[in-house]
Formats: sequence, structure tokens, C-alpha cells
Amino acid sequence: MAFENLVDVDSPVHDVRSKAIKTFEAQGFPSKRDEEWKYTSLNSVLKHDYSVFPKHENAIEYNDVKKYFIHDIDTYKIVFIDGKYSSHLSQTTHDGIDVCLMSSALTKPKYKILIDNYFNKIATKDSFSSLNTAFSQEGAYIHIPKNKLAPKPIQIVHFSTGSEEALMLQPRNLIVVDENSHVQIIERHQSLTDNPVLTNSVTEIYANKRAIVDYYKIQNDNKNASLIDSTFINQKQESVASVHTFSFGGKLTRNNLNFYQNGERIDSTLKGVTIIGDKQHVDHNTLVHHIEPNCESHQDYKGIFGDNATGVFNGKVLVNKEAQKTNAFQANNNILLSDKASINTKPQLEIFADDVKCSHGCTIGQLDENAMFYMRSRGIPEKEAKALLMYAFSNNVLSSVKIPEIKQRITKIIATKLGVKIGFDL
Amino acid sequence: MNKYTEDDLREELKTKEYEYGFYTDIESDTFPIGLNEDIVRAISLKKEEPEWMTDWRLESFRAWQEMIEPEWANVNYIKPDFQAISYYSAPNSKPKYDSLDEVDPELLETFKKLGISIDEQKKLTGVAMDVVIDSVSVATTFKKTLNEKGIIFCSISEAIREHPELVKKYIGTVVPQRDNFYAALNSAVFSDGSFCYIPKGVRCPMELSTYFRINQAGTGQFERTLVIADQGSYVSYLEGCTAPSRDENQLHAAVVELIALDDAEIKYSTVQNWYPGNAEGKGGVFNFVTKRGICEKNAKISWTQVETGSAITWKYPSCILKGDNSVGEFYSIAVTNNYQQADTGTKMIHLGKNTKSTIISKGISAGKSQNSYRGLVQISSRADNARNFSQCDSLLMGNECGAHTFPYIEAKNKTAIIEHEATTSKIGEDQIFYCNQRGIDTEKAIALIVNGFSKDVLNKLPMEFAVEAQKLLEISLEGSVG
Repeated sequence: MAFENLVDVDSPVHDVRSKAIKTFEAQGFPSKRDEEWKYTSLNSVLKHDYSVFPKHENAIEYNDVKKYFIHDIDTYKIVFIDGKYSSHLSQTTHDGIDVCLMSSALTKPKYKILIDNYFNKIATKDSFSSLNTAFSQEGAYIHIPKNKLAPKPIQIVHFSTGSEEALMLQPRNLIVVDENSHVQIIERHQSLTDNPVLTNSVTEIYANKRAIVDYYKIQNDNKNASLIDSTFINQKQESVASVHTFSFGGKLTRNNLNFYQNGERIDSTLKGVTIIGDKQHVDHNTLVHHIEPNCESHQDYKGIFGDNATGVFNGKVLVNKEAQKTNAFQANNNILLSDKASINTKPQLEIFADDVKCSHGCTIGQLDENAMFYMRSRGIPEKEAKALLMYAFSNNVLSSVKIPEIKQRITKIIATKLGVKIGFDL
Repeated sequence: MNKYTEDDLREELKTKEYEYGFYTDIESDTFPIGLNEDIVRAISLKKEEPEWMTDWRLESFRAWQEMIEPEWANVNYIKPDFQAISYYSAPNSKPKYDSLDEVDPELLETFKKLGISIDEQKKLTGVAMDVVIDSVSVATTFKKTLNEKGIIFCSISEAIREHPELVKKYIGTVVPQRDNFYAALNSAVFSDGSFCYIPKGVRCPMELSTYFRINQAGTGQFERTLVIADQGSYVSYLEGCTAPSRDENQLHAAVVELIALDDAEIKYSTVQNWYPGNAEGKGGVFNFVTKRGICEKNAKISWTQVETGSAITWKYPSCILKGDNSVGEFYSIAVTNNYQQADTGTKMIHLGKNTKSTIISKGISAGKSQNSYRGLVQISSRADNARNFSQCDSLLMGNECGAHTFPYIEAKNKTAIIEHEATTSKIGEDQIFYCNQRGIDTEKAIALIVNGFSKDVLNKLPMEFAVEAQKLLEISLEGSVG
């Protein structure tokens, strides 16, 4: 591959990249025979001949894509079009905090220490992450130094214009939040046409001592867009991190979400709402690794599956021998709306410490007929009644969203998804 | 119900490690080690089997040769060398017994040590027994009473000779020869096991029971059990196992097939107490068992198991709920101590409409053991109104053991209702404190709490077994309290 010509061979991460290429070559793409991919087949995604490097640059007007932003609040924005940074849509900063580009962080000497310490340190060496490490060129780099509060949320948005027949994107984000700092990040991938896109995104997040990180992923892409998202979060003592994943669109979405608790009294939250139909497929693969004592983790995933949609939840809680007094909770609730929809769930607990409280619950069921009857007997049409129940079902997840505008946006998307016009925040 | 008090237990615990660890010197007829087609043929010949059975075994053997040992289970062990095992060992010159008086006195002595003095048990509990030592059935009791009802209860070798039509019709229908590595091996070399047929509409008047024991060194035990409950019948079946203490690892690869035809009910209970190895993890039985039942319309299969023995347990009693309105149940207590490893659970395959399944699994790990629950609940797209409830609780004692749950849930029908919950905890200090306060010492308190924890499952066992199981639980956990 002529890849060597396209990137800076002297860059300090060159070694890391060459190693990653070897790892990927040794492993290849995962198949259904891999336990971790048992319920997700990549055949329909990998059949396209993706171009890895788009040939020409594309520009888009803000007004055309305004609706994909959380535009009613002031935010920093890092926007990419077909994998290339778009400066006129973005708003970055170096004022006290760094909100900028991965490519510049990888090359400029002043970021060297951080890159050496953090880049590719917690990402696993599985096939997709290695592929990303090898080929990724761009992404967001966010560094919040000690005792700083990011003054406004940060949006990371990836657009694909469809100028290529089929495009594969490899965004790579690095987020370092130092002691006592706080940041809120919103991430979105959006394709603007129906041409197939495969995004293989890797995000590494470091929440140091007492840091607070809130991360929101909005996944409402077109029907031919697929996303493999791998997010790794390393937490130090007393930090609080939460990731909310809202999956409504896309053809195949795979969320690998890994939390490593390297310190005491850490709090981790993993929540998600999935509402899909058609032939969509959403796979949540989570891991919470409790390494040290006195930590907590909360997982709550809700799924509603219609038409021929398939859902997968594969959650793993690992408690090390030293991680006494761990409190881990995991819930996965699902509703099947159609006979052709299916859900496969596998909530796992692996526990090596004795003084822990770990539980998981998992249900698959339908909307409550009595509740439906109650509403319909009071004049609420069937469709709206159903929508209300489904909204109520997913409300647990929404209630912990800290930015009200996101909550509003999500409820709007849910309403559209369910084909009703009611605003839920009645 | 427990006149055997904790004080007795304490006394007992002082003196014994694994009480069934004796070896009885019964002259036996053991095949040379190794496995090839000739051995398979020889076993078949020895059992005076018809040709179709020999062919069936050979077919399985060929299938087995092409298979590889599964490695997905959450257990670590050195794989047994299948060519270093003798595949047939039988107490010598097996006579036909008409009554117990004719049984070799040394054999009877063995039973006494097992605490299952057949004679006594026969009188006291009215349990019909089939005793299998080193994979050969040596005694079946109560045959006459059962015969009157038309119930066939005998060793599988006898069934192959006397009731070939039944065996031929059903064997391998639930667990096919190629099902998995150990099932294929078993199909090729099984030497004996129990066979039971309950005719239409008959309610079996007593508990049927099989006692398995590995006696000889260097032998594997491969027994095959086939239980057929014809339309509208009911049977409760018990199974118990022990083995002598040996430094080597012995292999036990059994296959159990249950067939519950329309409206029938089978209750299958196991108390598994194979030798678990010594405190350093040396020796012990490798227990690789395939158990599966199929339910036709309105039928019910209930598995109850108490697993305290074996160095490695790999066992997933399953139900295929094929008929509409059929019911599958699985109640399990798995206790691991020292270096034991258990990977056990169940599969509930819902195919028919209105099928129901319940899974209650209690895992207790102590010492340096690993205890995993692995289960599958599958609702096919045709299984309208399927219902499942699963509960997996784990109790950890000490911080060198592990408890794991791997539940797989696959639903393809929108009317399915599935609930799964799992918890992991340790014995609370407050619970112990509460008992201590009331004059119950810690050891007794633990026994009480463990008993309470396991009650849901113990209650499902037939009375006599429940007492034994309770005792077993306490013995297996002896010394694990820090």
C-alpha cells in the first residue's frame, strides 16, 4: 500500500502504526466464530469496496447541516468532512484548554509528552482498533488541564458527503481530562447521502483524579451508514465518567465501550437507548473492569426493536480480586415490536472478589396492555399511546442527561422515530 | 426434617475428607487401555449387542475421531489422554441376581459404605435402584413391582437385548451421536447405564434411582441413560455418583436423554459427588456430561442437580420445549471448594407455543475454586407467548475464588417475556453477627445461611435426597470459613 507516502514516516507514532498494521494483518476482520462477534455479522458491511483515502476535498454549507448540530447552545465544534478537517464549520480553541486536531497534536512537539503518555495506551489490540491505529489520520484532540472547567460543551461531528462510491473513515480521538477538571462532549457521525459509509472510530478518554467527563453519542445516521465505535475510558481515583449512547439510525452499529477503573472511589455510568426498525442492527458491547476497591458502576440499556431489526447487548463486568466493596449494577431491558425483530443479550459477570454487590437484570417483553387500554379508554390514539409508553420506557436513561438541549433533541428524534408529533416534555 | 444436627456434622468433619474415597477390591474384568474400532467392537460384543447397535457405535466413533475437544468453557485442565484410558471395566463374572441375598457380599459391603445399603433402602424408602459400578449395572431392585405396572427399568444393555425396538427408536434422538465431542465418545464406548420406560398413563409408584461409582483405577466411566415417559405418565428419577480417591484424574463422560411424550412429566434429580481431588487440587474426576430432554405437547421436564464433587464439571442439562404448552425447569446448586472448577448451567430451547421455563441456579464458591453459570434461553420465532424466568445467585466465600455468569438470551418472538437476574454476594457480616448474638457459633451460622441460600433448590429434591444433599453441602464447604 502506498500509505507510507501519504503520512509522515518520521512522526513519533510511526512505530505504533507499523505494529498495529501487523496486529491487524495477523487477526483480519472478526467473524461470527469470534465469541465477541457471535451475534453480529459483518458480511453485509464488508462487501463494499471502500476507499480509505478520499480523492478530493469537499465543502458543505453550514445551513445545510445545521440540523445535525446541537445549535441552540454555544459550543466548541470540531467538524470533519469525509475525514478531513473543516475549518470553516469548526470552532476550536487553545485558550486555557486545548480543543484541536489529532493530526496537529501528533506532529507538534509541544504535545509530545501527552501523546507519549496517552496515545494508544488503553485502546485494545483487537482487529478494528488496530486498523484504526494504523490508518487514522484525523480526529479530535481535547486536553483540559488541571482545575479547569471547559466553558462550553464540545461537539465532534463527522460528515460524509457521499462523493465516493463507498467510503471508510477512521477517526481517532484522544481526550485527556486532568485533575479536578470537567468536560462535556457530544459526538455524532452523519452521512449526507445514501452511499455506503463505514466508520471505524476509536476514542481514548483519560479521566484523571476527581475529573468529571460526560460523553454523549448520538447515532442517527442514514440507512447505509455503518459504525464501529470503540471507546476506552481510563479512570483515576474519585473521577466520575458517564457515556450515553443514543442509537436510532444506521445500518449496523457496534459500540464497544470499555471502562477501566484504575483508582478508588470511582463512579462509572454507561447508559443507552436504542430504537430501531427496518433491517437495522445495533450491538452494544460493554466492559467495566473494576480493578481497585470502593468503586461503582451503573449500566442501563434500553432497546426497542421493530420490523426486522436485531439488537445485541453483551455486557461484561469484571471484578478483580483486589476490588473489594465494588458495587456494580447492570440492567438491559428490551421490547420487541415485531415477530421478525430479535434480540440477543448476554450480560456477564466475572467476579473474583468476595465482598462485592454485583447484580444484573435483563428482560424482554412487550408494552403493558393494561396501560395501553387505560390510555386508549381516555381517548389517546393507539399510536400516541404506544409512543408515550416507549418514551416512558426509555426515560430512565434520558433523565441522567445533563444538557437539557440534548434531552430535547433526543426526545424530538424519538418522536420522529415513532411517527408521532407529541412533545414529550409535557 | 434434619435430625442430623450440626454437632454430628462437626464430629464427622473432624474425621473425614472424602468419605467415599475407599476402593473395593472386587475382581474385575478390565479392557486394555486405548481406543480404536476393535475396542468399540469388543465392547459391543461383550455386551452381546445386535448388529445395529455395533454399527451405531462405530458410526459415533468415526464421528468422534473427526471432532476436537471443546475449549470454550471457563475451566483450565490438562486434557485427558484418550488413549490412556481403559474403556471397559466390569465387576468380574457378573452373575444374574434374583434377590439381594445372592449378591457378592463384598459388593454389598461397598453399598453399605456408600450409605446406600440396598436392602435397607429398599425397605425404608421404597426406592427402586439400579447400581452401576465401573459402568456396568450390577443390581436392579424392585423389578417385580415395577413389572406389574408395565414399567421397564433395567440396565441399558439389557434393554438393548430385550427391548430393542424402544431403544432403537429413541436412542440418539435427543443427543445425536455428533452432538459434541464427549457425547460422540460416549455413543461409541458406553458400557452401560439405565433404561427406563413408563407406559401410557402410568404414574410410577416409587422413585427410580441409579447409583454410579467408578471403582477401578485408570478407567473412564461412560454410561448412558435413556428415560422415556409415554403419554400422560409420570416418573421421578434419581441419580447419585461417587468415586474412590485417586491421584490421577478420572474421566466421566455420560449422556442422559429424556423423552417426555404428550402430557408426560419427568423429574430428574442428581446428587453428584464424584471425588473432587484433594485440597491441593490433585486428582479428582473430570465430569463431562451431556444431559438433554425433549418435551412434547403439555409435557414437563424438571432437572434438579446438586453438584458438589468433581475436579471439573462441564454439564448443561437442557430442555427442548418442542410441544405447545410444555414446561422446562432447572434447579441447581453447584458448590466448588479448593481447586474445583465448575462450568454448569442449562439451555432452554423454546420451540412450541405457550412454553414456559424456569431456571434457578445457586453457585457457591470457596477456597481457590471457580464457579461459572452458563445458560442459554432461546425463543424461536414460532414460540408465541413463551415465558422464561431465570435467577442465578452466587455466593463467594473467601477472596481467592471466582464466580461467573454467562447467560445467553436470544429472543425472536415479540410475545416472549423473559426475565433474567443475577446477583453475587458474600455472607453478610450482619447475618453472622445476628446468629452469633443468639448463641449460634460462626460455623453453624454459615451452615444455616448456606442452607437458606440453597433452599429454593433443596426444596425441589425428593425427601431422602434433600437430607443427603444438605449434608453434602456442609461437608463440601468444611474449613472454607475464614
